[in-house]
Amino acid sequence: MAGTDVPQTITLAKGLNQGLRAAMEADRKVLVMGEDVGRLGGVFRITDGLQKDFGEQRVFDTPLGESGIIGTAVGLAVRGYRPVCEIQFDGFVFPGFDQIVSQLAKLHYRSQGKLPMPVVVRIPHGGGIGAVEHHSESPESYFAHTPGLKVVACSNPVDAYWMIQQAIACDDPVIFFEPKRRYWDKAPLDLATPPLPLFRSRVLRTGTTATVVTYGPTVRTVLDAAIVAEQDGHTLEVIDLRTLSPLDLVPVFDSVRRTGRLICVSEAPSEVSLTSEVAARVSQECFYSLAAPVLRVTGFDTPYPPAKCEEDYLPDLDRVLDAVDRVLAY
Amino acid sequence: MPSRNPPPSHSSPVPVAGPVGLPDSLVGTAMDIDGSHTPEQVIAGLRATGEGEDLVQLLTPEGQRVSHPQFDLEISPAELQSLYRDMVLVRRADREAKALQRQGELGLWAPLLGQEAAQIGAGRAMAPQDMAFPSYREHGVAWCRGVDPTEIFGIFRGIDQGSWDPIGTGFQLYTIVIPNQCLHATGYAMGQRLDGKIGDAQNAEATICFFGDGATSQGDVHEGFVWAAVYDAPVVFFCQNNQWAISASLDRQTRVPLYQRARGYGFPGIRVDGNDVLATLAVTRWALRECRTGNGPILIEACTYRMDAHTTSDDYTRYQVAGELEEWKLKDPLERVRVHLVREGLAESEFFDGLAAEADELAVRLRNYCISMPAPGPERIFSKVYAEPTPTIDAERDDYLAYHASFTDVGGVS
Repeated sequence: MAGTDVPQTITLAKGLNQGLRAAMEADRKVLVMGEDVGRLGGVFRITDGLQKDFGEQRVFDTPLGESGIIGTAVGLAVRGYRPVCEIQFDGFVFPGFDQIVSQLAKLHYRSQGKLPMPVVVRIPHGGGIGAVEHHSESPESYFAHTPGLKVVACSNPVDAYWMIQQAIACDDPVIFFEPKRRYWDKAPLDLATPPLPLFRSRVLRTGTTATVVTYGPTVRTVLDAAIVAEQDGHTLEVIDLRTLSPLDLVPVFDSVRRTGRLICVSEAPSEVSLTSEVAARVSQECFYSLAAPVLRVTGFDTPYPPAKCEEDYLPDLDRVLDAVDRVLAY
Repeated sequence: MPSRNPPPSHSSPVPVAGPVGLPDSLVGTAMDIDGSHTPEQVIAGLRATGEGEDLVQLLTPEGQRVSHPQFDLEISPAELQSLYRDMVLVRRADREAKALQRQGELGLWAPLLGQEAAQIGAGRAMAPQDMAFPSYREHGVAWCRGVDPTEIFGIFRGIDQGSWDPIGTGFQLYTIVIPNQCLHATGYAMGQRLDGKIGDAQNAEATICFFGDGATSQGDVHEGFVWAAVYDAPVVFFCQNNQWAISASLDRQTRVPLYQRARGYGFPGIRVDGNDVLATLAVTRWALRECRTGNGPILIEACTYRMDAHTTSDDYTRYQVAGELEEWKLKDPLERVRVHLVREGLAESEFFDGLAAEADELAVRLRNYCISMPAPGPERIFSKVYAEPTPTIDAERDDYLAYHASFTDVGGVS
């Protein structure tokens, strides 16, 4: 890894950028492709400077078409490359959805291992940036529901730096969600601390009152809520899922067996979602430990609303604390 | 009749739209209120898109060798016999597969009948280092790449989803979603260029992508054409226009002959008689060579005809136009080569007798192999979903196999 080049304190965006750089240095088969990723460095500047340093052969602007981006990445993977595709916004992934679910997800299985698909599809997801329609969505459940894909969501700069490298090194297709409203969050990066494996959830804060499971952009929301809850005498155990497929729920089961209470938090609509899945699995594994039903704090089961409504739509500190009160009322 | 577009220089009867936005063949004629066309209109449409002076042909339906200023071909009697042999054998395998389906030994079959020349010509034009991206009817191309018909049968018997080695054979697994493979081929060809495999070297590479007339309406063909063009990808887009997309005739997909679309993307489009194995061989050989030397991409429209149903689940009598099949039987891809071989004294009767015996032996081998293919066990469900296995699937597999074994353990149900 290009250790000396990495600044001490980095933003999440810089973590991704430096992680991509390290992955490209480590393996010349890694390609970065997508709309505006070259000269511009991406609309969020995640690929800033990569084309200058690695050349137009390895970092290239594509025509405007998501099916084309994913479909040609599949062909490049058959050829032995490791493409990293940028989808500009969550709501724009759907023209590429067919290639993702019909081909990218299935070729390893169809070929019984003869055709690995080491392709990473990076998708900025979630709301909170005051954007127009199609720029604030949380489509992760579609992908987590698709066998053959692996799905991860980073929540902080340090994870961003390591997880993008691990995703690129993975021989399976990885849908990589980036919390766009947290791109400018900062954290110190200590390269001496070894990273957690990619497909592991992590306990970020220990507590005894209730377990709160979340991922992506709402991790910070929940951590903020945990600080306030402590002033009320409640200690929340906060778990960042990090991997959405496969799920790593053993730490969640362990936690719920101690706390007896679980709250799941996500920006996505609640019905048939990752929070549904966590609730179902916890009810199966921790039935006799539960002192209350599993509660969920999520976006609503509506399309993403106009931006002026998003403060009400997105789970915030107060809604998390309200759920803590409700889960304790049983 | 005024026209927005100047007439093309060739005499293709229905090349461009009339002023009211309908193909000329439909302007001023009766169209049913529900939008369906009369048989005469369909026939006219097929003729318009399947014939014309711009059709490259080297062997007429009557078996007459003709020359072409750009795509002439020197071919020995032995080579001609070999092409004929391939067509006879893949047709025999195809007919055997259909019979096996009718007898319940295959779940489904997608017949090749009528498209042998297009596929053998294109397949034999490939160099060993080239890569093919097929749809699901390319049994003839598979044959040329050394993929045994039993491996194709495995898919349609439900044994596997494609068992051959796509890299070793240079023949990607079948792609069923139309036409996802156009983008895969383009991406692969971009990789060939990145690898520096374009040029005059002996080992220069190209890619060929197979799809049909129906596929041309899908967005992935458009994006494949755009990507291939802007990256100068060494890919030949080989469209077998077999006139029907299940029940939809060609005029439901296009108002211009398909090969003319290439011009809009900035690369050449060539129309070839897809029932003429010499023409498809010559044109595809030329196109692959162009791609290998950096002049790709190229679109080939091979005009042919699906002489059987879309699949064994389809009933073409519900839509096929009366007289159409008989008309195309006169252009049969095998018959014209046979007539030519006989008339020119290029093959003796021993050749034809030997080939008939070889075809029968092939059919017996395929049948015996097919009916004895072992079905996979339930563990196959969980096999190789990922390159790096996940605990979720491992647990599901272990649970289910234990459950499954619990039936046989008690000796009651197996």
